Amino acid sequence: MPHRKVGFGLRSIGATVVNGVWRLGYASRFFMMTLISSGASFRRIHLTIREIYFTGVMSLIIILVSGLFVGMVLGLQGYETLQKYGSESALGSLVALSLVRELGPVLAALLFASRAGSAITAEIGLMKATEQLSAMEMMAVDPISRVVAPRFWAGVISMPLLAAMFSAIGVFGGYLVGVVFIGVDEGSFWSQMQAAVDFRQDIVNGVIKSVVFGIAVTAIALFEGYDAPPTAEGVSHATTRTVVTSALVVLGLDFILTVFMFRGV
Amino acid sequence: MRASHIKEQILVPAENLVEISDLNFTYGKRPILKGINMKIPKGKLVAIMGLSGCGKTTTLRLIGGALKPTTGSVKVAGKEVSGLDKEALYKMRRKMGMLFQFGALFTDLSVYENVAFQMREHTDLPETVIRDLVMMKLHAVGLRGAHKLLPSELSGGMARRVALARAIALDPMLMMYDEPFAGLDPISLSVIGNLIRHLNDALGATSIIVTHDIQESLKIVDYVYFMADGVVVAEGSAEDIKASKLPYVHQFVWGEIDGPVSFHYPSPPYRKDLLLESVNAA
Amino acid sequence: MERTTLDMWVGAFVVGGLIALLILAFKVGNLSGYDGSETYKVYGEFENIGGLKIKAPVKSSGVVVGRVSDIQFDNKSFLAHVEIRLSKNYQFPKDTSASILTSGLLGEQYIGLEAGGDEKNLKNGDKFILTQSAMVMEQLIGQFLFSKANDEGGDKKTAQGGNKKAVVQ
Repeated sequence: MPHRKVGFGLRSIGATVVNGVWRLGYASRFFMMTLISSGASFRRIHLTIREIYFTGVMSLIIILVSGLFVGMVLGLQGYETLQKYGSESALGSLVALSLVRELGPVLAALLFASRAGSAITAEIGLMKATEQLSAMEMMAVDPISRVVAPRFWAGVISMPLLAAMFSAIGVFGGYLVGVVFIGVDEGSFWSQMQAAVDFRQDIVNGVIKSVVFGIAVTAIALFEGYDAPPTAEGVSHATTRTVVTSALVVLGLDFILTVFMFRGV
Repeated sequence: MRASHIKEQILVPAENLVEISDLNFTYGKRPILKGINMKIPKGKLVAIMGLSGCGKTTTLRLIGGALKPTTGSVKVAGKEVSGLDKEALYKMRRKMGMLFQFGALFTDLSVYENVAFQMREHTDLPETVIRDLVMMKLHAVGLRGAHKLLPSELSGGMARRVALARAIALDPMLMMYDEPFAGLDPISLSVIGNLIRHLNDALGATSIIVTHDIQESLKIVDYVYFMADGVVVAEGSAEDIKASKLPYVHQFVWGEIDGPVSFHYPSPPYRKDLLLESVNAA
Repeated sequence: MERTTLDMWVGAFVVGGLIALLILAFKVGNLSGYDGSETYKVYGEFENIGGLKIKAPVKSSGVVVGRVSDIQFDNKSFLAHVEIRLSKNYQFPKDTSASILTSGLLGEQYIGLEAGGDEKNLKNGDKFILTQSAMVMEQLIGQFLFSKANDEGGDKKTAQGGNKKAVVQ
């Protein structure tokens, strides 16, 4: 009976939408609670420092290695294309602009989501599944202020630093391939780069992007963990959702921010 | 802080530390508790028994203020728990200790830090004092030598004892145990049972044990509430329960396979599920 | 993990991140040659600014001496009104000419300044007397075809547009 199938389809679409709106509202409330309960994260700074170690320092290797390779590939591909127009000297500006404006913040955020974000979700989800969060609450300690908020601020602090390191080592990778291996003139590589990259317009905007991505990825990871059903399956689904949702949100936000930052200037 | 804590305990007027009257709780549309009445006298060790899913743990969570009753009241030390705001509730919880089913130790902290957790969160005690207190608590459960271990390095029984040490860290007036005997070997079982009894008497606390381990708990408790399907079906001392003629209690105490609690989950006639009837019909 | 080792790692991480930011600002970006406060404003009016943008460099003899800070269209003169911020370190005579040039074949456009011989220097709020517009590809091609046609017609006169001296470059 086709009309029954249509009815079922509509109902499931409706249920998905309602569920999505409900979750968004719950997530926003959770986010506000985290901001409100952030006092302890700064009063007892070692709580946050500990989390910076687990989110930031532990992501360092993947960020640095990926940044180096992305920069090297950019150098290679950029050179191949630019030499057709006889403007190899613009290689520096091409590498630096693409890294500082887009690739640094975006790729660092994607790597951060899969390295640190998934770890945060799994950790919080397991703390919930093993009743550690309930135990904390029964001990009159608010888990949001003791567990969630320090991780949030650690993520927000780590993300721009990681993105900056990604861009810096990426530029070095481009230099390595372009100047050292291929032999583009070193002086014009740096000078063209410095002429093209504006501090306010490109670097500050790149940092703003990475701060926004840091907020988004960490908040998603924390919420998914906190909201995960307390079972092995629930935690594993939540971990997957963290990576997928973070990637989509980062790319979407990147488009919106780029429109506001770089259009018409 | 300690002084005021003792003073308040003296000031509490009622004989009963916990009073539950006409308590109803529904989860969604499903009724879990249907008109519960309980009185937990001060200094006593009281067990709430029953089958899994009969509402024991829910009752415990209502006493701890993690859930709010649909109707009825839960009073701890004369105060209505559901009427407290977050700050007052947290203040009350500092005087409660709870042992979770599988310990719920913080897996990223060492045994020492787990026991020290509440002291660090709620007091400004210097490190030397915290160290002494932690060692005293761990000594009480016999695990002073294990203070450097991580929870992942402990056996189930040891983890339960560490969780116990953590629960008594701030000398609570009310201890709650959620299935303290679940999944323990016979020796750990007796150790935990003895500890619960001794700690209750040594701390001058009041304890509530939620359990379905009848043999072990009947050895140590003063009074038993027997629950089934969200109502209290029997209550009395350990001897009363053992001697009870109620078929339900009798089945539970002696572990009989069939009785008021059926072996089968509610199901359609066996023949129908084996498709015999439909074959006959066709 | 010991508290102190952990603190050390986090400290190193934060320092590394800040160093990366500084590298980006000074080595990759143009913060080193940028002094925001010490500037003065001058104006120029152009018939056509082509693809000139705000923040485009202003160069003299190839050295960056300032930046374009604002571009507007003047409703009365029907000309583009360009505001330029020059560094105080660089002074130019009053009759300096400003032209809109392109770096390379397809590069970005910038303003080139050519110093004149006047005794007095440009002051804050002054206006360039001589300006030269951006070259527009269609006009260039048009002129080229026109001059070709003239050549073939036997007329040896070189054809150059009145104010479109840019062709010479």
